[in-house]
Amino acid sequence: MKRLLPPDAASGARRPSRHFEDTGETMRRKAGSRIIPGFGVSLGITMTFISMIVLIPMSFLALQTSSLGWSGFWSAALDPRVLAGYEVSFLCSLTAALINCLFGVILAWVLTRYKFPGRRIMDGLIELPFALPTAVAGIALTAICSDKGWIGGALAPLDIKLAYTRAGIVIALTFITLPFTVRTIQPVLERLDRVYEEAGLMLGASRERVFRKIIFPEITPAILTGFGLAFARGLGEYGSVVFIAGNMPFKTEIAPLLIMSKLEQFNYGEATAVALVMLLVSSVVMFFINCVQSRASSFIKE
Amino acid sequence: MKKSVLLSAGILVFLTSAFLSQPPAAIAASTEIVNVSYDPTREFYEQYNAVFRKYWKGKSGQDVHIVQSHGGSGKQARAVIEGNEADVVTLALAYDITAIEKAGLIKKGWQKTFPSNSAPYTSTMVFLVRKGNPKNLKSWGDLAKNGIGVITPNPKTSGAARWSYLAAWAWAHREYKGEEKAVLEYMGKLFRNVLVLDTGARGSTNTFVRNGQGDVLLAWENEAHLAIAERKNEFEIVTPEISILAEPPVAVVDAVVDKRGTRELASGYLEYLYSDEGQRIAGKNYYRPSDPKIAGEFAGVFDLKVQLVTIDDPLFGGWEKAQNVHFADGGVFDQIYAGK
Amino acid sequence: MSLKGNIWIPRLLTGTSVIFVLLTLVLPLAVVMAEALGSGLDLYMRAVTDTYTAKALHLTLAATAAAVVLNTFFGLAAAWVVTRFSFRGKGVLSTVVDVPFAVSPVIAGLVFILTFGRLSPLHPFLEACGIKIVFAWPGIILATVFVTFPFVARELIPVLEARGTDEEQAAALMGAGFFTIFRRVTFPHIRWALLYSVILCAARAMGEFGAVSVVSGHLRGKTNTLPLHVEILYNEYRFADAFAVASILAVAAIVILAARNVVEYAAHKEEETNVR
Repeated sequence: MKRLLPPDAASGARRPSRHFEDTGETMRRKAGSRIIPGFGVSLGITMTFISMIVLIPMSFLALQTSSLGWSGFWSAALDPRVLAGYEVSFLCSLTAALINCLFGVILAWVLTRYKFPGRRIMDGLIELPFALPTAVAGIALTAICSDKGWIGGALAPLDIKLAYTRAGIVIALTFITLPFTVRTIQPVLERLDRVYEEAGLMLGASRERVFRKIIFPEITPAILTGFGLAFARGLGEYGSVVFIAGNMPFKTEIAPLLIMSKLEQFNYGEATAVALVMLLVSSVVMFFINCVQSRASSFIKE
Repeated sequence: MKKSVLLSAGILVFLTSAFLSQPPAAIAASTEIVNVSYDPTREFYEQYNAVFRKYWKGKSGQDVHIVQSHGGSGKQARAVIEGNEADVVTLALAYDITAIEKAGLIKKGWQKTFPSNSAPYTSTMVFLVRKGNPKNLKSWGDLAKNGIGVITPNPKTSGAARWSYLAAWAWAHREYKGEEKAVLEYMGKLFRNVLVLDTGARGSTNTFVRNGQGDVLLAWENEAHLAIAERKNEFEIVTPEISILAEPPVAVVDAVVDKRGTRELASGYLEYLYSDEGQRIAGKNYYRPSDPKIAGEFAGVFDLKVQLVTIDDPLFGGWEKAQNVHFADGGVFDQIYAGK
Repeated sequence: MSLKGNIWIPRLLTGTSVIFVLLTLVLPLAVVMAEALGSGLDLYMRAVTDTYTAKALHLTLAATAAAVVLNTFFGLAAAWVVTRFSFRGKGVLSTVVDVPFAVSPVIAGLVFILTFGRLSPLHPFLEACGIKIVFAWPGIILATVFVTFPFVARELIPVLEARGTDEEQAAALMGAGFFTIFRRVTFPHIRWALLYSVILCAARAMGEFGAVSVVSGHLRGKTNTLPLHVEILYNEYRFADAFAVASILAVAAIVILAARNVVEYAAHKEEETNVR
């Protein structure tokens, strides 16, 4: 990441930048100062937004939790039923994110590389899960997957149950988080210069080898980002899941539902404690992915 | 650089606050009131508001405007506590209004302000079964038998589920002569028969009615009627011999009406719920009118013979106690599932 | 795929995608439309043109527009500062941008209640200034901005990073000002990524339910957005009406995407003619 910056930018970090109008001054000091204008203003805007939208509200969340004290925090966050909730949420969103990575790559590939009737319509449908209110998605998916529904009914004779099991949760989360993977991979594939692929093919590499050695490394950072976003979003999802999950304690009860039931008892402290744990887990995952991703992209650049 | 960072931040903050701040509202009495209510009362209040507007216009000459808000009862109470300025609250449980009282927005003793514990209409919990009652479910005891699929929302997140749970408890208490162990065993069996614990009453109805799960739904009487109206000839209502008297109470939010100068209007609004006309609208929307005379007019709709236990019965000792014993984290309900 | 002609791979992949999309996206949409139209077109039209639906649609569009504008503004600034400069705390800054994605929508609304609600330490100050944020439209906009906060920045940062800063530096050395550099050098590279992100942001903003539900107060005709209106209708046993209103959102999403396709198509055509 650092490599992409002008070599002198890092050293100039603490020096005051000047307005660009006084060219003489800038020309003289150009070796030591930022060349590209707009640092102060863009940093100011960014920091203000982040503070108002994220930092200040989040600090109030932490403040609320601190009213519990350490022991209260741990007993709320590590209660057996809550732990079971984390497990359900964690496993299901992990599975859904993996499914979406696989199909995200296939869908993005098909949408950018092949021409077939209905391609534009298919492309147009990808954002649907975002626009549809999550509760509507949950109700519709449950109607399809219950043993009286179109898909669930077909599977019922085989003794496969989708709705009101963990499989149902995975289905809901796959639906909700699909746009994340497709739409992070798609732009990268579109931008990819096909010269290298064609060169590889001309030189006699197999199609599979070209994909593995040329295309896959290019889209890996995007797949990781998509995975991270889908996973984090899935971990917190509530609206659609509660309809299809069945919500049986220790079996299909997700962690966000436990937060809701604590809020229902006017128990803000414990609710925010569970929320904070989940926030921490998904932030760690995101951070880890950011690290892997920047390493991967610098590897490619070499 | 520092200067430009601060300058741009300052301009943004200034713009935002300038944009948001409004001159303090005029103190003159408003003719708009906000009614924060719970979930399935929308149709009822829509009809009632139209009637009330006409009545109030005739009485005082004012044109009033009533803003409705609907949501889960507990969530709505929390919103009022957190700053949603309601002139009147019409919620599902006294417990939720007591929470607002504890936050200092409603004066103590609110439940004595209006007749019948401030509950202009009542309801109870009934069984909704499939047409012809194929599993022959008549009483609470039948629900705990092997092979019966029960659908109820989760008592931790739904007020309706708490009422059903307590109704079942009341039946078991009488049936087993108050022997705690037998009662707990019955409750354990009942909840082991539960197939799906939705978060709210509406979700459960949908699971039972549209997705075809289970043999019996524990439902509000009024919602059971709505479900039948939605899908005719597919379901029927069974009223158990013993159930619970649910009293959805109403209250004026003192802190808000004093600030806005709407006390007279807000009180008038709630009082009129007890008029013959108000009571009849409640009956038409499947709520049991609290006025016995009007309730009699709806004898064909409601089973008026059912024995109804109240929450203030010594068995439960009021919402505060029932909540702590049964539904709080680690309470009796949690033990049913933890001991599985 | 004309170089070496195994025609089966494209067919297999296309077939898989079509089936996957049919099962996961088309089928739920079909259920929504079937339920919406199930009680007849008259009822559908009545539900869709209801006064409260119209008001809710209005509020949803306003909140979406606000979220898109504010997040684009922020996203451009954040992407610019993160990719064009090196400074202390940059890593932390770009992780903080992602935080809203990691927050459950259930909590996203609650944080604003805790910050600006009646129980917050800030409340007396806000009340003195006559500022009402939660349970009023600013809260709805705030919650919508929060859940869509990272979209634009997230899409732009990788693109700008991959481009490097050489061109901007060259332009700056030649004496170009900030706006000239941005408009002439940077913008042409990021416009597609920007379009993608704006659409994701708009779709997500329209459909957001959880966070908005907590801060809205559900005041009908005042702070009810379209997804909240859907919930109320559903809870009222007006199943068909609820799905009819939900279908407005689905249709809106598809219309936006059709618009994107048109823009993209026109632009590609223009590029092609320019090359010639």
